[in-house]
Amino acid sequence: MIASLTAEKLACTRGTRRLFEGLSFRVTAGQALALEGANGAGKTSLLRLVAGFLPQAAGRVFVTENGNEIVEPEERGRFIGWLGHHDALKASFTVSEQLAFFSKLYSAPSVGGIAAGTSPVKTGEERRAALLEQVGLARQAELPCRYLSAGQRRRLGLARLLLTARPLWLLDEPFAALDVDGKGLVARLIALHCGQGGMVIAATHEPLGLGNESLKL
Amino acid sequence: MTPFFALLRRDLRLSVREGGGVGLALGFFALVATLVPLGVGPDMLLLSKVGAGILWVGATLAALLSLDRLFQADYEDGSLDLVALSPLSLEGAAAAKMIAHWLATGLPLTLLSPVLSVLFGLPTGAMLMLAASLLLGTPAVSAAGAIGASLTLSLRRGGLILPLIVLPLLTPAVIFGTGMVVEVQTGLATGAFGFLAAFSLATVLLSPFIAAMAVRLNLAG
Repeated sequence: MIASLTAEKLACTRGTRRLFEGLSFRVTAGQALALEGANGAGKTSLLRLVAGFLPQAAGRVFVTENGNEIVEPEERGRFIGWLGHHDALKASFTVSEQLAFFSKLYSAPSVGGIAAGTSPVKTGEERRAALLEQVGLARQAELPCRYLSAGQRRRLGLARLLLTARPLWLLDEPFAALDVDGKGLVARLIALHCGQGGMVIAATHEPLGLGNESLKL
Repeated sequence: MTPFFALLRRDLRLSVREGGGVGLALGFFALVATLVPLGVGPDMLLLSKVGAGILWVGATLAALLSLDRLFQADYEDGSLDLVALSPLSLEGAAAAKMIAHWLATGLPLTLLSPVLSVLFGLPTGAMLMLAASLLLGTPAVSAAGAIGASLTLSLRRGGLILPLIVLPLLTPAVIFGTGMVVEVQTGLATGAFGFLAAFSLATVLLSPFIAAMAVRLNLAG
């Protein structure tokens, strides 16, 4: 488990426009940070910068693990669970095939990420089934992704996030397209993840839950 | 190796399921190879002279058809972000995609080529040499194609620019691939095999690194 993510005096430029500069923040184990700001303020850009996709125009961003600073973007990426605007789903793949692919791509562990109170799982397949049940997609497991609604695609994204079991979650508008029940699910999953020592940075217009720090862009 | 093979298998499955893969390339190749003899006329001597060159160009163009989606589809639906964050390096991902593309196009095209050689009246020796040259050269087509596909992945109409980038890179493959068949037909040694092997090897080895660099640039765009 990593201890923290630190950003020091970050600046980001898109085209010729300076989105933000001098941005410093720190997220430690068990903390969730809400990114707030108007449309176009640079929330997504900041998330992509932390994920290592975008180079920063100035400043430093690093993950600290056992006292070592990990600055290299691609090494940092190994700690990150990503839920972006796009769902990364292939129309012809069924829900369970899609999840099985990500499980292999990420060499996902066969345990973990399941809420307490459910029956224990042993294999990767059982775990994937349990994750689908947890996000409310158990009945759609054999359905090709082309038939999923926007909210269901989002839920599958949440299952993938749990599956990859990365310590630092970067969520871009996690509540988008979800129904009331789904929004509650996101809030519960964030609380669960933080409770297990994980970290969350979420760009959102809605409150993540109680007691979160927020960063205004 | 699991992440590598996971991506390879997924791309193969996609090329079978979502069209634009195996069937399209084979159909295009077969149609070109059928139309040319119809256009040229029943001059078997002429056809057997130009056959190897036309089949090589046809196979190259057929392999290009599905290339534009190699990275673009994953870029547009966000899969590429997730691949970039996975334990698999982008170099590894580019190699997996390249191999999947070759298995879905280059290999079937090679296997179909002896059948289409008949339309050009190629003798058995030339027919087998053509298949051998395609087997050796089509990996370079997929590899050079991957470079073009990675450079154009964020362009809406990237598929139109792609051939302009890739085809010049593939000139040596077409020259030496055809050269191997001409060698059999004329009995003159030209060393085409050595050149094609060297070109193919260099392209296949370099392309994952170049493609990964281009993907990184595009993700940052």
